[in-house]
Amino acid sequence: MSDQFSEQLLNLFCGLFLLTAVGVLWRREVSALITLLTAQGLMLTGIAVVLATRHRSAEAFAIALGIGLLKAGVVPWMLRRVRRQVPAARETRPLVNVSASLIAAAGLTLVAYAAAKPLVALAPSASAHATPVGIAVVLLGFFLAATRQRAISQIIGVLLIDNGVAAVAFLATGGVPLIVELGVSADLALAVLVLQILTSRLHQAFGPTDLDELRELRD
Amino acid sequence: MTTTLALAAPAAAPLLAALLALVLPWRTAAVVGVAAAVTILAGGVILATRVTGEPAVRGLVRADALTTWMLIVIGAVATLATASAIAYLRPESAVERRRYLVLTQLFLGCMSMAVLADNLGLLWVAIEATTIVTAFLVGHRRTRESVEAAWKYVVLCSVGVAIAFLGTVCIYAASVAAGGSGATALNWSYLTGHTAGLDPALVRLATGLILLGFGTKAGLAPMHAWLPDAHSQAPAPVSALMSGVLLSVAFYAILRYKAITDAVIGPAYTRILLIIGALASLAVAAILLIAQRDYKRMLAYSSIEHMGLIALGAAFGVQLAMAAVLLHVLGHGLAKSVAFCASGRILTTTGSPAIAAVRGMAARHPSLAATFGVSAVALLGLPPFSLFASELGIARGGFAAGHGWIVAVAFTLMLIAFAAIARHVLGMLLGPPTPPAFPPEEGGGPRPDGTSGKGGAASLGVLAAGLAVAALLGVWLGPLADLLDTAAAIATGGR
Repeated sequence: MSDQFSEQLLNLFCGLFLLTAVGVLWRREVSALITLLTAQGLMLTGIAVVLATRHRSAEAFAIALGIGLLKAGVVPWMLRRVRRQVPAARETRPLVNVSASLIAAAGLTLVAYAAAKPLVALAPSASAHATPVGIAVVLLGFFLAATRQRAISQIIGVLLIDNGVAAVAFLATGGVPLIVELGVSADLALAVLVLQILTSRLHQAFGPTDLDELRELRD
Repeated sequence: MTTTLALAAPAAAPLLAALLALVLPWRTAAVVGVAAAVTILAGGVILATRVTGEPAVRGLVRADALTTWMLIVIGAVATLATASAIAYLRPESAVERRRYLVLTQLFLGCMSMAVLADNLGLLWVAIEATTIVTAFLVGHRRTRESVEAAWKYVVLCSVGVAIAFLGTVCIYAASVAAGGSGATALNWSYLTGHTAGLDPALVRLATGLILLGFGTKAGLAPMHAWLPDAHSQAPAPVSALMSGVLLSVAFYAILRYKAITDAVIGPAYTRILLIIGALASLAVAAILLIAQRDYKRMLAYSSIEHMGLIALGAAFGVQLAMAAVLLHVLGHGLAKSVAFCASGRILTTTGSPAIAAVRGMAARHPSLAATFGVSAVALLGLPPFSLFASELGIARGGFAAGHGWIVAVAFTLMLIAFAAIARHVLGMLLGPPTPPAFPPEEGGGPRPDGTSGKGGAASLGVLAAGLAVAALLGVWLGPLADLLDTAAAIATGGR
């Protein structure tokens, strides 16, 4: 793979990575959200593979493979299980409507470029220049988790944040060390499992209601 | 050889106990759990005698004085919590007992791993794992309240800790750019030795993210929203562990990062952020304690108050304040875990979590009332308990560092919290006994075996011993004094 081609590929994957996050804000159907999240996982895997090719490291390829399995395979599979347990899962009334959300997404992306300056300044490589994309996805994840009412939307918000942090790790440093990556992936898979079980318990305890109705505990 | 064993045991023993809890009868498994907790304590004590000069390092695991201090805190609180869990578990069903025993042991193992990890990435992994294993402990009772608390807990802490991971990635990027490579580049011992090359702008970004992220897990305001819910809904011995040590373990992560960032960008930035978090926590706790109606929530807000004080001492950053912070971590761990365990007994005895429903405890259940009352006295920071000494130390450290005004504001807020807690606890202990105004809750009705029986008396004995240690530490530190000094020096100055 020539340098120029790998750089173009990297930019393509980063662009689509950000685009899928914006798409999550745009769509309300939960099945569409899960598809977008799967696509985002694939883009993240793509980024990891391009960087692994560049470093010619077997360890990096192994990490990329693992990321692909986890983010485009295991996590979407668990989310589909949540969806089966909790039918009628459509975001009915987000706190912020779709067009306002998209404007907020543009604003947050600008903020991300400002916040990521120290990371971009660190190295002159093309991959370091793409780190704001990761930060932007983190911010979009926050926005989603804060403004959506359904349990599954909040899970997707948490996953967006996680994908964003993983992208920053790949783009800024070529990926965290293998041992840390293993631990982080195990934590993520278990956290999604825990959230899946809690979602069904929430459904049992509260019925098909919005999280807004969680008002048992307050001072 | 002994050192290797002592480094491995604090994490390995609870994991082994968790495996055994899958197969053994629950009583035996609970006793094995107590043994695992004692092993953590013993590991800490053995390491303490060996690491005063040089830290002990074995691969990814490293122990210096700060680590061993934290291991002693975890071990001591875990011993109290696991011992009083036996009485707690008796009325539960077989499945619930087993799940409880397995998860609490995994929880202990994760906390030991967090303080033993040299690699900051693994420190993060261990802290995130505590959220996962405690989620079902918080949601143990499966009522609407506890499911809601568990949901908030997992979502807020996962998001918070993800921010901390972004901070970790920034530190790693800075370290790699400065010539580090592989897993070594994230080792705390490597980073504190190579602070010169780290990019200050990036470290500043990381500092904010780390404080926000681990601050969420440490229960500092304004990221504390999950804490009162989770701590009031979890089974009492789990609340004791979460309040007594988990918050401090998260704060320990902040201390480790502070040693690095102070060397790169100076202490001023971290100090301001910590002071804001500390004063906000103290204010939130003081305000919400005044009209508190639930005694477990009262204890949870008291934890926010104490974490605020700990953050304040860490912000001052002088040796005296840092030693007081670490002593406060131990004293608060002991007193708060006793208070939570006793509150669990009050809940099973009276069947109501409301302060107003518990009156005249001193007359009806004198030994339980005495345990709860004395633990509250300790938490209020009265002598002879060690919290008095450590609060005094933090205040003196603040004046020494030239922050007299901040100390004055903080202690005014603490005075409000003091008055609120004292009023609530006095009412519970001495108020006129009334017939229970609240109907017993579903499944949690009064149980005659609340304080009677062999197991009940034995576990109250353990709690009394915990309080005795907290009182002893207030007047005499003994061999711990050297360890405390070295640990405080590490937290202040890196090496």
